[in-house]
Amino acid sequence: MTIPVYVSPEQLMKDRADYARKGIARGRSVVVLSCRQGILFVAENPSRTLHKVAEIYDRIGFAAVGKYTEFEHLRVAGIRYADLRGYAYDRSDVTARALANAYAQTLGTVFTTESKPYEVQITVAQVGPDPAADQLYLLTYDGSVTDEPGVVAMGGAAEALTAALSEDLDPAAELGDALRRTVDQLARTGGRALTAGDLEVALLDRSADRRAFRRVPVESVERHLVGEG
Amino acid sequence: MSGDALPSHGAGGSSFAELLRAQAPHLLPGATTGEVSGPVELPHGTTVVALACAGGVVVAGDRRATTGSYIASRDLEKVFAADEFSVVGIAGTAGVALELVRLLQVELEHYEKIEGTMLSLEGKANRLSSMIRGNLGNAFRGLAVLPVLAGYDLAGERGRIFSYDLAGGCYEESSHHSIGSGAFFARGALKKLWRPEMPAEDAVRVAVEALYDAADDDSGTGGPDLGRQIWPTCAVVTADGVRFVAAHELERVVTDLVAARRDNPGGAR
Repeated sequence: MTIPVYVSPEQLMKDRADYARKGIARGRSVVVLSCRQGILFVAENPSRTLHKVAEIYDRIGFAAVGKYTEFEHLRVAGIRYADLRGYAYDRSDVTARALANAYAQTLGTVFTTESKPYEVQITVAQVGPDPAADQLYLLTYDGSVTDEPGVVAMGGAAEALTAALSEDLDPAAELGDALRRTVDQLARTGGRALTAGDLEVALLDRSADRRAFRRVPVESVERHLVGEG
Repeated sequence: MSGDALPSHGAGGSSFAELLRAQAPHLLPGATTGEVSGPVELPHGTTVVALACAGGVVVAGDRRATTGSYIASRDLEKVFAADEFSVVGIAGTAGVALELVRLLQVELEHYEKIEGTMLSLEGKANRLSSMIRGNLGNAFRGLAVLPVLAGYDLAGERGRIFSYDLAGGCYEESSHHSIGSGAFFARGALKKLWRPEMPAEDAVRVAVEALYDAADDDSGTGGPDLGRQIWPTCAVVTADGVRFVAAHELERVVTDLVAARRDNPGGAR
């Protein structure tokens, strides 16, 4: 008869967290930050079709790093949650805070009960009437939520990026300036030059009447990067 | 709905209506009406016309809702943007119809968000078709809803109109279509006034005139209400998307029409 090996709960959780962290650290970075025109999403993502940034609801956007299938599942679940809630109550009753809590529950449950945790980090952002009213929630693989002021960075170089971008952060900066600064920092921490083609850029437009999420086309990203935007 | 948890995934696809059926069936249009004995008196919406024009379609509806012989509302909207490139007009029981429109709007947006691309116009027409089929039981209880869907086909680069029957049958109309209690009178007017490839402004004028004729002979359809400044709802769909005609433009169209019909009530020409 084999005796099952005893693993302490502390060790088990630590192993799971290390596993998830390693998976996330392999991914390229994504930055979400407030600017004058709205909330800007900048992802290092050469694919035009497999998105890391997406629309959830009228004023709510989603960004993720890690394993594509896992965050894609979370994205779809988020849209279903938001549409169901908005249909049952009212469109104004769908909030990023409630969605972040629902995500936290799911991630927490998967972390403790499934055989492997999700190797993802996600940001749920809700654009407000002015930058001070923007909400950015960062969720990690174990279901912990943090409310980040003004800027969130995720992925391999998250800490260095957050530090660099938080320094002299101006949540009311023009879109072009915010984009240029973010791309500079992404290139610096990643150690490689970035062109518009390597980026996935989207905006939660502050001035929109209803659906605020817009993808920023490559040509317009290019114009912003050379400073003509 | 089930509290704060995320809906479970798995076999759901990108249809919101299917999701609703699985997660919250009580929220489906007309789902909680139960057994009804005898006819019920509920507000009804009345005449909506849709006609093809150069580069798109025009859809217009009157604003009256009636409960029996009583006017329940003078400013009910019956024409709605289903999404950026399609509009839906409704006739029938107002309560169920409005809920159906809301479901269609969420359905189309839900698909677009999950798939990252818009449904084709036929796809939108077929989704509406299955919703109408789902309402067949209610139709037998006197809660019928009959819509018309019109939109701009981005692939075919033209405006298209789809009509429905209560069983969910979906038929494409090539020129014009009308629904509601005043539909017969509106259809007569459209037959005489509609021309292929007419400019959108002319099509708006024809749509308003058809509604005028419907209101002339049908008590369920609201006529021009200059005193209250209530104008028909009128939407134009082109390659640029859905545009609702502004109140001041409609005021001009209606005022001109009323002046033209003075001493010529049938609009003979």
